[in-house]
Amino acid sequence: MNGTALRAEALARLPELRARHPGVFRAITPMRAGVVGAFLFGTVLLAYGIWRLDIEPARLLSGFGQLFHFVTLMLPPDPGSWKTATHILHALAETLAIALLGTLLAATLAMPLALLAARNTTIHAVMRFLSRRTLDSLRGIDALIWALIWVSVVGLGPFAGVLAIMTSDIGSFGKLFSEAMEAADRKPQEGVVASGGSGVARVRFGVLPEVMPVLAGQVLYMFESNVRSSTIIGIVGAGGIGLTLAEMIRTLEWPTASFIVLLILVMVAAIDWVSSILRRRIAGG
Amino acid sequence: MRSGGDARLITLPAAELAPRIAAYDAVRGAERRRIAIGGVVLLALVLVSGWVAQVRPGLIWDRGSQFFGYFDRLFTLEQGAHAGQRVWMDPAEWFWGLGKWLDLLGDTILMAYTGTLLGATGALVLGLLAAGNTVTNPWLRATVKRLLEFCRTVPEIVFALIFVIAFGLGPLPGVLALAIHSLGALGKQTTELVENIDMKPVEGLQSTGANWAQMARFAVVPQILPGFLGYALLRFEINVRGAAVLGFVGAGGIGQDLIEAVRKFYYNDVAALLVLIILTVFIIDTLTGFARRWLLEGRA
Repeated sequence: MNGTALRAEALARLPELRARHPGVFRAITPMRAGVVGAFLFGTVLLAYGIWRLDIEPARLLSGFGQLFHFVTLMLPPDPGSWKTATHILHALAETLAIALLGTLLAATLAMPLALLAARNTTIHAVMRFLSRRTLDSLRGIDALIWALIWVSVVGLGPFAGVLAIMTSDIGSFGKLFSEAMEAADRKPQEGVVASGGSGVARVRFGVLPEVMPVLAGQVLYMFESNVRSSTIIGIVGAGGIGLTLAEMIRTLEWPTASFIVLLILVMVAAIDWVSSILRRRIAGG
Repeated sequence: MRSGGDARLITLPAAELAPRIAAYDAVRGAERRRIAIGGVVLLALVLVSGWVAQVRPGLIWDRGSQFFGYFDRLFTLEQGAHAGQRVWMDPAEWFWGLGKWLDLLGDTILMAYTGTLLGATGALVLGLLAAGNTVTNPWLRATVKRLLEFCRTVPEIVFALIFVIAFGLGPLPGVLALAIHSLGALGKQTTELVENIDMKPVEGLQSTGANWAQMARFAVVPQILPGFLGYALLRFEINVRGAAVLGFVGAGGIGQDLIEAVRKFYYNDVAALLVLIILTVFIIDTLTGFARRWLLEGRA
């Protein structure tokens, strides 16, 4: 029997099968209708967005032409002079310093808040609620907005950047730390309490030794992410490489700008590499 | 239970105990030394950083009150019948520009949506091209991987800075910046999803003579779709936050008004805008949280 005959026979049985299992052969299932509906809605919203945000083909075309021109100007990356190069390197060091100090300060300040926010270490449900809401609102504001606020308080410069990274990270650390503490094994804590330990002793000897490596890993991870954020907070005047980069882009010094971007990429890769080694060692013991 | 003389401590004889204590001390000592060395290195780094970042603890001592003073001024009405009182005494005066701000917030969300959608579409294709189990050409894979890495490491605001010059002020450069950054981040996550799929459907399709596109459509995409949509929703959340600050460099959205209000010391406006941004972020997070949970449970 060849393929054509098989096909003919199968097709001949189709009406019978259709009659026996109408559900399988229905063209419009609720699932499909839902998917098509979501797809249509998404497309309409996209079209509205394109109209509302003035995304016009002519503008896109001329813009991409300009962009291509800029890219040709950017190559090869070149700092221009030694003076600019040392200035850039100093700004990079500043960026790293902002990230390190901001992360450490945030971790230190987040610790008491996290202890209050974790269910198994808090002193009272009201304190837990207050602490969690504080952490939520600190986290709700972007680091760049905090930088803007701190610049108005302590003036331009990297110190404002340190404070900005610190403020926005207290929120993240508090949440991460308290979740780690809530996930801690209860047995060591019960052991401390059973041998007559107080509440403080329970936290100190039952919770902290277990979660410390986890917290250290999170601090390192956050440091990586902060190196990225501290490269941009300079755009609002809070120190670091961002200020120089924004200046170079705005004055159309393309080779210098691409040189800075290249250095940022190298620095981020190097920090990620070092930090991943450290994290593996901490996790290993 | 503590009951006087009855509790007798049972210990090993001193001669057997001593070497065990010594061994314990040796182990703990090594660990303590490691921690101490780590601490000293960290302290040195902190001191160097403090010097480089021009940290002046005295300044925070002097200006610490200013930080709280700043927030005090943010929430004190400057004009109107209730001047000098807290802002919530006169919401109409506080939120005088509500209509305009809501429009801008709508634009911000729309920017995030458009940027995420464009980036996610590209990420689905490039993520498939960068995965080791669907593409065998190492050159293509490496090129796509480097491209994605570049897109996600350069901060979106830097892209926005450059695009503002190329495309002019407005939301367009913001959308493009968000799209490129989303492309990089989602592309990597898609690659990881694709590399973890079950290969049996892929082999099944290949054995029936399907081409690459058919294999991707019918064997790979159905497996990664729930995870991919979850990541895309998460990226949308992140992009709403990102879109709120892109206005700082002139790339559209609510950020433009915020940076103007901060720079011109319109304290009440700053407070109102911050409240609106936090509320928007909170609402978007809650909604996408629901959507993600529905997505995960609907397919489980």
